[in-house]
Amino acid sequence: MDWRRFGFIALIILVLIGVVVMVGATQVSPTVIVVSMLATTISVATPLTLGALSGIYCERAGVVNIGIEGMMLASAFFGWFGAIYLNTILKVAPMPSLLLGVVAAILTGGLLGLLHAVLSVTYKVDQIIGGTVINILAIGITGFLNRQLFFEKGSIFGGEVPHAPGVLPRFHIPLLADLPLVGRVFEQQPIAVSAVVLVLVTHFVLFYTRWGLRTRAVGEHPRAADTVGINVARMRYANVIIGGLIAGLAGAYFTLESVPSFEPLMTNGRGFISLAAMIFGNWSPFGAWASALVFGAAQALQINLQFFREQIPPQWAFLQQAYIVGLVPYLLTMVILTGIIGKTTPPAADGQPYEK
Amino acid sequence: MSISADESVPTTKAKVLKTLKSAINAVLIPLLAVFTALVIGALIIKAAGGGPLDAYKGLFQGALGSLKALSETTVWATPYIFAGLAVALAFKGGLFNIGAEGQLALGAVAAAWVGYALPDVLGVTLPAVIHVPLAVGAGMLAGAIWGAIPGWLKARTGGHEVINTIMMNYIALNMTSFLLNGPMKDPNPLNVVARTPGIAESARIPPVFPGLRFHWGFILALLVTGIVWWVLWKTTLGFEIRTVGANPDAARYAGVSVSRTIVVTMTLSGLLAGLAGAIEVTALNYRHELGFSVGYGFDAIAIALLGKVHPLGVVLAALLFGAMRNGATRMQFLTQIPVDVISVIQALILLFVAADAIIRWIYRIRAREERVVLTRGWGG
Repeated sequence: MDWRRFGFIALIILVLIGVVVMVGATQVSPTVIVVSMLATTISVATPLTLGALSGIYCERAGVVNIGIEGMMLASAFFGWFGAIYLNTILKVAPMPSLLLGVVAAILTGGLLGLLHAVLSVTYKVDQIIGGTVINILAIGITGFLNRQLFFEKGSIFGGEVPHAPGVLPRFHIPLLADLPLVGRVFEQQPIAVSAVVLVLVTHFVLFYTRWGLRTRAVGEHPRAADTVGINVARMRYANVIIGGLIAGLAGAYFTLESVPSFEPLMTNGRGFISLAAMIFGNWSPFGAWASALVFGAAQALQINLQFFREQIPPQWAFLQQAYIVGLVPYLLTMVILTGIIGKTTPPAADGQPYEK
Repeated sequence: MSISADESVPTTKAKVLKTLKSAINAVLIPLLAVFTALVIGALIIKAAGGGPLDAYKGLFQGALGSLKALSETTVWATPYIFAGLAVALAFKGGLFNIGAEGQLALGAVAAAWVGYALPDVLGVTLPAVIHVPLAVGAGMLAGAIWGAIPGWLKARTGGHEVINTIMMNYIALNMTSFLLNGPMKDPNPLNVVARTPGIAESARIPPVFPGLRFHWGFILALLVTGIVWWVLWKTTLGFEIRTVGANPDAARYAGVSVSRTIVVTMTLSGLLAGLAGAIEVTALNYRHELGFSVGYGFDAIAIALLGKVHPLGVVLAALLFGAMRNGATRMQFLTQIPVDVISVIQALILLFVAADAIIRWIYRIRAREERVVLTRGWGG
């Protein structure tokens, strides 16, 4: 464990929460603010955590994936489309529609993961370019289908956006959610919970199973792995597809858990911030999760500050502008990536095609 | 004597043949990539319930069907040439500049500010010979700074330019939104959109022909293409940029300062993207409006790759993309196929150019040239 890194991460989160507590102290009790901040932080960190995990699977196997943004965007669209199609056209009940929508999103991500694997493993395309192809493709196809399916007369929905089946409901985690004061933090929606579960699972898989050992071997020294009989191409394919499936789940968060609608470009750089979280977390699941929480806290700051609009002194009022607060997570990503917390080490064979 | 004379004739002939052959080879894969992407695009249009032939007819008409259409195609192609050159120059230096979008937007904002506000701030009226270069220069400077920052971060700390330029895009987008909705918003009481006031008459580059939007920026873009080619292949700086791009270790060994070259490459790349924005403001729109530049950055990547990272190729690719974007509006008008289908086709073109093995496999073309290394993972 890299305690210095974790200490630093904890400090940033504390500072961000502290700012909101100070601003809102005259109106709301600090406990309420802290609980609200924590709950929002965990929720908005969900796609970042999942995106970072997606990156970890790919890169631990030696494939750089900057297409996570596009995978999320495409999955957000197809998950949403699937849920609406089931609910409106096939008259499926809202809850099963939403769940099948999540499945559609995950499969979309998996499919794009497969495309990335074909490009980078089979065709040995420059992996950064391959990822960029996925990003541009996702922007084009979601923009096109969004307009064609929902805003054209004569489309299956008759030219208007149908009523969405809502979002995945919060659920009450037994015991934890019953705790006094902090119980609300644990009332989360299913994808947020699954993100945390996947952090634990990924840590276990990567460091305590044969699969994980092989994955890491392929990412660190493919030739050595090949020599002892590990199929490098197959391991890379499998891990990039798993990464795609997880990015798909992250995409489902946007349209099936966060808001019940789709907007073109709605992922807004979250896929790239996920990569920063992965790097900041030094390619480890817990590190990535902690980093995702930092970015989550930065966004939670933006969301929660809006409740205390009047509390901000007029000379600082311009900071309240959505666009100014909005650039904080991006600035934070850059500051963090400049290596202020020491050097990070990517897997040794990350980004290199393997030639037998 | 007679031997050399005998040999010299076939040598010249062989040389011409060889040049011709390599020229055909250079455009063959991109052409087939475009063709294949159009075929798949047709299938997608069909699947979405449209008529591909009508759509492409509209696309062609809108792009090249009349003098006005041709003029509009050059209007579209102009920022593409500048931004495509920006991305191509960075690629030559082994850097992936995804930040052309933000550099272009800030270039436009800076040029617009100098265009409408500087005379008032200085309290003088500027003649056009000074005001126009000042506005264009401000745009170039803004783009250059926005490109230099990720370059400096890469050289200094190793922070990867792909992530940093993307982050700088979002920061630029937020800043532009803030400025155009707030301090720089057109105060005209009739104005409801996020845009700057119109720039002063003295900062405007007049149109070439009355009635057509074809503007001097296009001619400047062709000139700049020549300059970029000259810098890359005829100057020491260009040699250093290409050496660092091809093999940083060899460059270091040969005494080239790799970190300095990285910063210079990114600065020049940003400068070109900033110029794209500045020209849009001073030669075409005479103001900056939010959202007009969305997507140029990503398109520029596809253009640079389709143009095989060569200035001349960039111009051809930019004209193609300009024609497609321009024609798409007509296509949507005639057939109700959303213009976004063009983005899908462009992504497919990029896919096939990047993964030319797929194209070679479809059309049974033997592999020939060695692979060009464009980027180098996180380690770079």
